[in-house]
This record gives sequence, structure tokens and C-alpha cells, in this order.
Amino acid sequence: MAMSVIWLLLSLCSIVYALIGNCTKVLGTAVLDGAASAITLSLSLAGSLCLWSGLLKVMERSGITALLSRLLRPVLGRLFPQSSQDPEALGHISANVSANLLGLGNAATPAGVAAAKRMRQLSGSSTASHELCRFLVLNTASVQLLPTTVAAIRAAAGCETPFDILPAVWLTSICALAVGLLAARLFQRLGRD
Amino acid sequence: MLDLLIPLIMVVVALVGLARKQDVYGLLVEGGRDGLRVLASIVPALVMLLSATSMLRASGAMDALAAFLSPALRYVGIPPEVAPLLVVRPISGSAALALGADLIAAYGPDSTVGRTAAILLGSTETTFYAVSVYCGAAGISKTRYAIPAALLADCTGFLMASCSARWLF
Repeated sequence: MAMSVIWLLLSLCSIVYALIGNCTKVLGTAVLDGAASAITLSLSLAGSLCLWSGLLKVMERSGITALLSRLLRPVLGRLFPQSSQDPEALGHISANVSANLLGLGNAATPAGVAAAKRMRQLSGSSTASHELCRFLVLNTASVQLLPTTVAAIRAAAGCETPFDILPAVWLTSICALAVGLLAARLFQRLGRD
Repeated sequence: MLDLLIPLIMVVVALVGLARKQDVYGLLVEGGRDGLRVLASIVPALVMLLSATSMLRASGAMDALAAFLSPALRYVGIPPEVAPLLVVRPISGSAALALGADLIAAYGPDSTVGRTAAILLGSTETTFYAVSVYCGAAGISKTRYAIPAALLADCTGFLMASCSARWLF
């Protein structure tokens, strides 16, 4: 629903703006160019996405993901002191975070949903607990070690060193996550609810 | 060093896989197939969104939005060209991908705008989507301060993406 409205707004704004600026001629070609460029983009992403998904599958099956999730447990225990008392919740949380770190979006979502369900069970209320809020912030800040999709887009645009943004991506994610968690803590202190 | 990163990851992953007695090549192919399936599932969305985005750019509305937000964005050091990306990033992942790819192609991957768009795409998430999926599945109706806190994190991401695009290169 939200997307239908956004899509309508995008098209409507273009038409209205083109009418005002008297440049309606270009709209017809622009829309077809846009459609074609989506296929070009998809094709340029296909190779690296395929390669990376293959590597991720090997990581998953050979226990690299599980190892990372074990390494993360002590840190996550500090962030989620109550939920980590429950082995099931901690297991889902660490699986979710390690999948996010590796860029395994498909594995991260089911683990995250399982974690959220378990945390809801533990709190027994339909209001998000403080730890669930923190978990949501952790997920929406998405610290990713290797943003391969973005690197593929840069490579497709003719970049010779598509991975040179890595330090900047890490720095940015860490700062965003830190602010998110601090804000959550602050709201927790301020709020009565 | 970063040039060797991906090749090294490939070697290490294959070595660990073989040491754990896994059919590494079979898994690579199987995973690759999954990856292509995921891509195929987002292609129609990319086509729809890039068609609309392309019209928006051609009509001049995109530049108008950038010009409108320009004073505020310039004040905090964000290139105004990325304004449309900031608006859609928390709402739709494929729309953000489409707009980001458009910016990177239009301004060049090594321009400040292109780098800001790339860093931003790599370091932020589709906030509203993630919160609604997790809370919807878990039956949480009151998310309290989760969305404001997550949006503050997103804003920090926007700011830091532009700062690091200018400072680190």
C-alpha cells in the first residue's frame, strides 16, 4: 500500500513538474530509459551477487557463521542482559547479528523474527520491551562487514577500486549504531511507559 | 590490501569448507542459484522504480527537491544531490538501491556524491520495513521509542556518510 502511493506520487510529480517546465517531450523516453537501465543494473549486479551468495552458503554450512555467532555472544550478553539468560533467545539474537554482519539478509530475517518472537514471549506483553527496542535499533543500523551489492554497483559504474569505501562504511555504521543505542538508552531513562 | 580481500576470503572459505569435509563446489553453485533467485525477485521492483525515478529526474522535479532541501543539507554538509535518496532510504530498500545506482552512474563512482550515496547504501537499513516485519511477526503493537531511536541512527548515518566521503578520500 505504502509503495503504491509512493510510486503514484513519483509519477504524478514528474508529470506535473514537466507540464510546468514545459519539457513533457522527454518524459516518454525517460520512462523507457529507466526501465531499460533497471535491467542493465540487474545484469551488472548478477555476477557478484551470484558469487557472493555461493561463498555465503559455504560459510554457513562449514560453520563459519556459527563460529562468528559464538564469538559475538559475550558482547550480546552485555547488550541484552535479560534475554541472554534464555539460551534460545540468545541463540536467535546472535544468529541474526552474525548473519547481518556477513550480509546474509536471507538468513538474518528469519533469525531476527524468531528472536523478536522469543523476546515477546519472555516479556509476555504486546508492548516492546527495552531489550526488543534495542534489538530493533541494532537491526536497522545494520553493521555490515562487506557491502558487496554496493561494491558491485560501483564496479558496474566503472570504478577501479569498488571496495575503497569499506573503512568509510564501517566508520559510518559504527557511529550510526552508537547514536541509535545511546538514543534508545536515553529514551528508556526519560520515558515512564 | 583491500584489493586482495575478496580473493583471500574465497581461499579461506574454501579451505575451511574442505577441512570440514563439505562439498565446497556444490555449495558454491547451490548458493549462487539462491542469489540469482533473490535478484530475479527484485528485478520487477527495480524496473518499476527506476522508470518512475528516471521520469522524476528528466522532468526536473528531482533537481527541484534537491534545490529546495539544499540550504538545510549544505548547512550540515550533505551534498543536496542525494536528497531523494535520504527520503526513500528508511522506507524502501529497492527504491534506495535504484536511486543510489542512478546517482552513482550519473555523478561517477569516485565523485563525492557517488561516494556518499554508496557509503549511505552500505551503512544504513530500511528502518520502517525492518521494524514492521519483526514487530508484525512477533505480535508487538507498541514499538515505543524503537522508531525514533532508529531514525536518529539513520540521520547519523547520513551525516557520517557525507563527512567520510569528503574526509577519507
